[in-house]
Amino acid sequence: MGLTINQASVVYPAADGRPPVEALSRIDLAIDNDDFVVALGASGCGKSTLLNLIAGFLSPTSGEILLDGHRVQGPGADRAVVFQKHALLPWLNVIDNVAFGLKLQGGAEKARYEMAGRFIALLGLDGFQNSPVYKLSGGMQQRVGIARALTCDPKVLLMDEPLGALDALTREKAQELILRIWSETHKSVFFITHSVEEALFMGTKLIVMSPRPGRIAHRFDLSFSRQFLAGQSARQVKASPEFIRLREQVLEIIFADEEDAA
Amino acid sequence: MSERASKETVPGAGAPSAPPPANARAGAFSRLTRSRPTRPGEVYGVPGQGDAFWLSLGSIAFIIFLWWLVTFLGWVKPLFVPSPGAIIAKFVDVWQNGFTNTSFVEHVWISTARVFGAFLLACVVGIPLGIAMGMSPTVRGIFDPPIEFYRPIPPLAYLPLMIIWFGIGETSKVLLIFLSVFAPVALGSRSGVRSAAIEQIHAAYSFGATRWQVMRHVILPSALPEILTAMRIGIGFGWTTLVAAEMVAATKGLGYMVLSASQFLQTSTVIMGIVVIAAIAYAFDLLMRFVERKVVPWKGRM
Ligand SMILES: Nc1ncnc2c1ncn2[C@@H]1O[C@H](COP(=O)(O)OP(=O)(O)OP(=O)(O)O)[C@@H](O)[C@H]1O
Ligand SMILES: [Mg+2]
Repeated sequence: MGLTINQASVVYPAADGRPPVEALSRIDLAIDNDDFVVALGASGCGKSTLLNLIAGFLSPTSGEILLDGHRVQGPGADRAVVFQKHALLPWLNVIDNVAFGLKLQGGAEKARYEMAGRFIALLGLDGFQNSPVYKLSGGMQQRVGIARALTCDPKVLLMDEPLGALDALTREKAQELILRIWSETHKSVFFITHSVEEALFMGTKLIVMSPRPGRIAHRFDLSFSRQFLAGQSARQVKASPEFIRLREQVLEIIFADEEDAA
Repeated sequence: MSERASKETVPGAGAPSAPPPANARAGAFSRLTRSRPTRPGEVYGVPGQGDAFWLSLGSIAFIIFLWWLVTFLGWVKPLFVPSPGAIIAKFVDVWQNGFTNTSFVEHVWISTARVFGAFLLACVVGIPLGIAMGMSPTVRGIFDPPIEFYRPIPPLAYLPLMIIWFGIGETSKVLLIFLSVFAPVALGSRSGVRSAAIEQIHAAYSFGATRWQVMRHVILPSALPEILTAMRIGIGFGWTTLVAAEMVAATKGLGYMVLSASQFLQTSTVIMGIVVIAAIAYAFDLLMRFVERKVVPWKGRM
């Protein structure tokens, strides 16, 4: 089943004398179980709007979003969001941050910590359970954010540029980590990024969006993440001729959009 | 990471024996244009960072010395400025013999009870109301005009009204102090509600939080630093208003002591009373700062 978006449009109303913005126009998208959908596109093409729609923070102007056949009416624990930053709670230590979602859902303390401990270990944060989160590095904070979303056991994991604030090396490690976790936990993922390489490497489906009005301009089915999970090294995958060819193709699409905008 | 490591090895960061680098020779002027590299554990560029304890101690010592010098050399009459020694002597005298048939401790106790009673009341009412004003446009719409209307009026101006309405007993005194504490506490709590980042709130909702849970687990904790600051500011106003509150029909209290001593030109008692009020207020402020460090160590860190 999974998540289905049918003909969803979003129009931000006119404000301050500016005309209304058609941020999304008749989007069709299916995110099936086990899918890793990556959204790519020029700035302002509606990626975050699409994520907000799926998360339930925003209701579509027209069209509908269905999760397992039920209409999405608002945010819920079946669609946990990981933000680029600023979303951890600094007054809680690492384990309480990770267990936060379970606490909201009313889980018993012992079960909560057990579950949180599992995901802390999975994300390589062992030994930091009781550290205050504001003393962690940016990369570690981001891993706490991912662990926190995973503990909620969502059906869909929504990530808005989760690795955008990380340095190149940490970022590549985080990519591999997220892929491993995705294949182990069998979640569906909706993942926004500005990096073409990241998009190609991680996704099973890639949507390239175009602005004014925001729409899905191109779709690709990808298998690079499967190659990586099957045992090839990340560098090997990213250096393959197929990968490079696709990367150039996607870059060309995006540059064309940016030039239209300029 | 590597960026920070290199920052710590910038010449001039610590070693006093090292030759002064070019930018240090520019002297005070360079301090104005650019912050010095920090020591490990500090954050570069945080405004006002650094320990000022010894400087503060020096400043106090200098003021007292100047005071002593001026009185010792007889530049001003003791009627206007008594010597520091006379103040201490007065303090010992009042401590032993009381003031107007009331012991010193009782004066202190009465005033402290008035201020803290009013302060607690203002917190109990003001913090929830401020939070409700931050959370709900309805509550804000109703309570914003009256609070904003009375807030800038000096308590002395509505003291007569308090007395006409509530008599000359404790009620009008505590109420006057209450009003002066209430506005800053309520308004601080109200703006504290805005402290939570929208990502924190959205994340909580996406984990299945209810509105109530978001408020309890995200909005309130992030408002805490600002609420504590508002409490500190509020109790300051409380002490400021104390003397006004004890102006009419009081027979006990530090404000009363200062006022009635001034009528008999007992300047040393006036200054002694002022110093005692300042000392109590300052001690409480130190306590609040300590509480702040314990309760919200993360303040401004994320
Ligand atoms: N709250 C809003 N009110 C009005 N217009 C909005 C609002 N949020 C977004 N927009 C507009 O909708 C369009 C899409 O915005 P969105 O944030 O979804 O883009 P994005 O693809 O996430 O961009 P970026 O890559 O920079 O994050 C933009 O033109 C933006 O100006
Ligand atoms: Mg965005």
